[in-house]
Amino acid sequence: MSLWHKHQIFEKNSIFMLIGVLVVISIGGLVEVLPLFYLKSTIEKVEGMRPYTPLELAGRNIYVREGCYNCHSQMIRSLRDEVERYGHYSLAAESMYDKPFQWGSKRNGPDLARVGAKYSDEWHKQHLDNPRSMVPGSIMPANPWLGKTEVAVNEIQMDMKVLAFQGQPYSPQMIENAAKDMVTQATNDATDADGLAQRYPKAQSRKFSGLDGPVNEADALIAYLQMLGTLVDFKIYDGKANLR
Amino acid sequence: MSGAPHEDIDAHTGTATTGHEWDGIRELNTPLPKWWLYILYATTVWAIGYIIVYPAIPLISGHTPGIAGWTSRGAVTQELAQLTQQRAPMTSALEKASFSEITKDERMRTFALAQGRAAFGDNCAPCHGAGGGGAFSFPNLNDDDWIWGGSLEAIQQTIQYGIRSTHPDTRVGIMPAFAQILNTKEIDQLANHVRALGGLTTEKTYEKALGSRLFGEQCAACHSDGGKGNIELGAPNLADSIWLFGSDKASILQTLARGRASMMPAWNGRLDDTTIKALSVYVQSLGGVKTAP
Ligand code: HEC
Ligand code: HEC
Ligand code: HEC
Repeated sequence: MSLWHKHQIFEKNSIFMLIGVLVVISIGGLVEVLPLFYLKSTIEKVEGMRPYTPLELAGRNIYVREGCYNCHSQMIRSLRDEVERYGHYSLAAESMYDKPFQWGSKRNGPDLARVGAKYSDEWHKQHLDNPRSMVPGSIMPANPWLGKTEVAVNEIQMDMKVLAFQGQPYSPQMIENAAKDMVTQATNDATDADGLAQRYPKAQSRKFSGLDGPVNEADALIAYLQMLGTLVDFKIYDGKANLR
Repeated sequence: MSGAPHEDIDAHTGTATTGHEWDGIRELNTPLPKWWLYILYATTVWAIGYIIVYPAIPLISGHTPGIAGWTSRGAVTQELAQLTQQRAPMTSALEKASFSEITKDERMRTFALAQGRAAFGDNCAPCHGAGGGGAFSFPNLNDDDWIWGGSLEAIQQTIQYGIRSTHPDTRVGIMPAFAQILNTKEIDQLANHVRALGGLTTEKTYEKALGSRLFGEQCAACHSDGGKGNIELGAPNLADSIWLFGSDKASILQTLARGRASMMPAWNGRLDDTTIKALSVYVQSLGGVKTAP
C-alpha cells in the first residue's frame, strides 16, 4: 500500500480516528495557548500592581456573585474610540490578580476598567441602591440589599489562603491581618490606615457606604469599584517601549 | 475523483465511486462544489499572506513580527495622534486662548460648546443629570446660583480639582454636624429659620429673634449675614429657593444635625486641559451668571 493510501487506516478504525483527531486538535490548541505562558510580550510586568486588599477582594466576590460582568466589561480595547471614552487601554497585567478575570464580553452598561475615582462614594451608593435615581433611563438592576448585608469579616482569610496557594503574593502577615485590615479599610480616619497602605500601596480607607455600623457589602463593592484601574500610573508607563 | 485506480461507476446514479466499500455499501464520489473549493483556496492564500504581513507565529522568545510591522498598540497610538492632529487647529487655538478671547470669538465659542457638551455627557451627566438638572446632593447647573462661583475661572477650578476630592488642590468647605454643639430645640429653631430665609412656611414654635440670634452666632460665619452664602467656603446661599439637600424640615434637620460633605471628583489628569476649558464654557452657558463676580 502506497503512503497515499495509509489514510484508510484512520477511516476504517474509529479508535485511530479518535486518537488522530485528538492529536491534531491538541497541536492546534497548544500552539495557540502555550506561547502565552512564556512569550515576553504577553507577560509584561507593570509597576503598581498589587493583590486586592481584603475589603476589595470581598467587593470583587460580590461583583461576581451579582453577575455584574453580564452587563459590564473590564477591558478597554486598544481602539481609538474606546481610549477616547474610557482612558488608557487595559494592560494584561492589570488583571493579573483576577481569578477568574472580569474582562466580560457584553456591554449593556459601560466598561468599568477605569471607573475608579470617576464618581463619588455617595454616587455609587445611590446608584447601586437605585440606578434610576441617578441615571433616569438606566436598565441596571437595583441592589438595595448591599448596604443592609453585613460582610463576614472572618471568611475573607480563607479566600486569601486559596489565592496564595494559587501563587498570589499574599504574605503570611497579610493573611494574618485579613480581618483587621478589612475593618480598617472600611473605617473613617482609622488608626491603622498606614499599616494597611504599607501592606497594600494606594489602598484608600474610609466608610465607603457612608452607613454607620459594621462592614457591609456596599462598603466592599464600592471599595472595589473605586480602585478599578487606579493602580498603574500611566504618567510613568512607557507605552512606546511596550508596543505589541 | 475520476482517474483513481478504483474507478467504478455506480449503476443507479451513474456516478463514480471512491472504491471504498464497507459491508457492501460503496461510497459515491461526489466532488465538492467548485465555488466551495475556490473559496477554500482563496482563504488559504489569504492566510499565507496574512501570516507574512502580520505578527503570527510564536517562536522561542517572541513571535514573527510580520513585514508590515503592525502592532495593535502602535495602531491605536497612531490613530489617536491622527485624531489630535485633525482637531489641532481648533484645540490649539482653544488651548492658548484666554477665556475672554474664547467668549468673544464666535467660532471658538461654538467649538468649545460642542466639545464641552460631548464631554459632559460622558463624564458629568451621571451626577449632574443629562441636561445639568442635578439631583439630591448633586447641584443643578442650569441656574445662576453658583455655590463656588460662576466665573469661567471659578468653574474651571471646580472642574479641575474637584470639591472635597482626593486632589491636594481640591476645594474644601465643611458644613459641620451640629448635633453635639446645639441642643434639639436650638436645631429645631434654626431649621425653621433656614426655611424662613428661603421664603418657606415656618412652624408656630418658631421664634424669629431666637432663630436670627442663633444663626448669627453659629452659621453666619460661613453662610454670611442673612444666609446669602459664601463662594470662598462653598457655603450655599440659603436665602433662595434652590436646595441641594432638600427643603422639607426633615431634610434640613438632617443637614444641621449630621452635617453635609458632598464630593465631586477632580478631573485633572482624567480629562485634558483643553477639554476642561471647553467644559467650563459649556457649563457656564447652562446657567449663566447674574453678576460678574
Ligand atoms: C442589566 C445589565 C446590568 C447589570 C447586571 C449591572 N449593570 Fe451597571 N450599568 C448598566 C447600565 C445600562 C449602565 C449605564 C447607565 C447607568 O449609569 O446606570 C450601568 C452603569 C454602571 C456604572 C457607572 C459606569 C459609568 O462609567 O458611568 C457602574 C459603576 C455600574 N454600572 C456598576 C455595576 C455593578 C457593581 C453591578 C453589579 C452589582 C452592575 N453594574 C450590574 C447595566 C447593568
Ligand atoms: C460623582 C458625581 C459628580 C460628577 C461625576 C461630577 N460632579 Fe460636579 N459636582 C458634584 C457635586 C456633589 C457638587 C457640589 C459640591 C458641593 O456641594 O459644593 C458638584 C459641583 C459642581 C460645580 C460647582 C457648582 C456650583 O454651584 O458652584 C460645577 C461647575 C461642576 N460640578 C461641574 C462638573 C463637571 C463639568 C463635571 C464633569 C467633568 C462634573 N461636575 C462631574 C458631583 C459631581
Ligand atoms: C464651617 C462653615 C459652615 C458653618 C459654620 C455652617 N455651614 Fe451650612 N453649609 C456649609 C457648607 C460648605 C455647605 C455645603 C455642603 C455641601 O455642599 O456638601 C452647607 C450647607 C448647608 C445647608 C444645605 C443647603 C442646601 O441647599 O441644601 C444648610 C440648610 C445649612 N448649611 C445650614 C446651616 C446652618 C443653619 C448653620 C448654623 C447652625 C450652618 N449651616 C453652619 C458651611 C457651613
